[in-house]
Amino acid sequence: MSNSTASPGAELEFLGRLANATSRRTFLQWAGLTIGVAALGCGDDDDDGTGPGNNPGVNLGSGDTGVLNYAYALEQLEAAFYIKVVSSPYTGITAEETAILRDIRDHEIVHREFLKAALGSAAIAGLSVDFTSINFTSRASVLGAAKTFEDLGVSAYNGAGQLLTSDANLLVAGTIVSVEARHASAIRDLLNPNSMDFAGDDVVGATGLDVVRTPAQVLAAADTYVVNTITANQLPTS
Amino acid sequence: MTPNTETLLETIDPELMERVVSRRDALGSVSKRTLAVALASAPLALGVLAKNAFAQGSLPQGIKDVLNYALTLEYLEAEFYNLGLAAPNLIPTATRPVFQQIAKHENAHVALLRATLGADAVSKPTFDFTARGAFADVFTNYQTYLALSQGFEDTGVRAYKGRAAELKSNDAILTVALQIHSVEARHASKVRRLRGQKGWITSNTTDVAALAAVYAGEQNTTQAGVNTAAFVNANAASEAFDEPLTAAAVLAIAGMFIV
Repeated sequence: MSNSTASPGAELEFLGRLANATSRRTFLQWAGLTIGVAALGCGDDDDDGTGPGNNPGVNLGSGDTGVLNYAYALEQLEAAFYIKVVSSPYTGITAEETAILRDIRDHEIVHREFLKAALGSAAIAGLSVDFTSINFTSRASVLGAAKTFEDLGVSAYNGAGQLLTSDANLLVAGTIVSVEARHASAIRDLLNPNSMDFAGDDVVGATGLDVVRTPAQVLAAADTYVVNTITANQLPTS
Repeated sequence: MTPNTETLLETIDPELMERVVSRRDALGSVSKRTLAVALASAPLALGVLAKNAFAQGSLPQGIKDVLNYALTLEYLEAEFYNLGLAAPNLIPTATRPVFQQIAKHENAHVALLRATLGADAVSKPTFDFTARGAFADVFTNYQTYLALSQGFEDTGVRAYKGRAAELKSNDAILTVALQIHSVEARHASKVRRLRGQKGWITSNTTDVAALAAVYAGEQNTTQAGVNTAAFVNANAASEAFDEPLTAAAVLAIAGMFIV
């Protein structure tokens, strides 16, 4: 948050005034945004004023650990996106859309925290995100970005399966990727209800197969949204 | 170029490509890339793609078994949607595009798996979508049809997931299986939402008692030893991970619909 307060007392006073001056709903949105930003892991960088230029690069590492860190990076990005979407809803959002986006936010947080826990000390640091290219007040911009993130996630996991050596890790990737595909379907259907777009020809070819991308393709697509430089050159290639 | 096509390009056997391109060149000039796109968009052509991956003679029995298992499920789904689309006054006009799209994919999966297995492909079973009368109005009552569609799609997701590890010796086939798996999940999400449900599976609950086996174990909130319910709550944790099903469990479900 750019709002800087002189002391905890002043912050409480400000919150109190905000709560009194605005509806409860608006207050909760504001509070949610604060929590959201803290959850992105970028609070420290903002607070000490070092700016995005000082975000450390991260190296995903090698072997299955590297592949899981790759997944962890994507889940961090997705979770940060939906936290922001839910905390600052776009204009005209419906109850159905809110319910879907809240659920997806929760799933991506679970994915992120699960991978962080599973990786333990091998986990990469929290990434700093840059969503300046997304207009969070615009339904088309938010759902368009959501579609991009979900389709990208599906293609990333589909491509990562063959890079994993452990059966257990392959199963974990499988349990996550189908949920990402469920998300993609729902987001696409919000954009174009009851059309073929939930599994459109742009992502499912004539052979009935979903998209698959290599880590290099995925990270290039994600680069717009991640401030840190991600090094992936030790990832397995087959 | 779509990533799909890029991947297929990489997997096409160079010798095969040379032979086919040479033949096509006699008929008219065609670039290698154009032909690759044409091949990639023709399901039957996949049988000759990527010699190492798909030549049926070289596939280990274990992989053939998994692919035939998948083919059986795809036969079931394809016929279910073909019959549904042909049934008069079953699928409302408003949602026909959804089921036409699903049918297109399931038929493509059948063609792909049959082409991959060649002479080793199992035959299509005889199906009874009423499950011996349990779903007697499946092709006259849209709600019954939707309930079964959801059951088949959610089962398909769990089935592919449960046997992915058995395909690990062949990267190309594992990847194809994963690419089918996520398409089934896209279908499942849409059909569930048509029924007024969430696109994802919360715990092991179902409103269709006869399909309880489809959701057995979905309430799991421990992944790789990590308690995933600790992060948001148990419902989010169960929704965030689709659980696998064993072959025996899937075949018991499918068996309800096989004569």
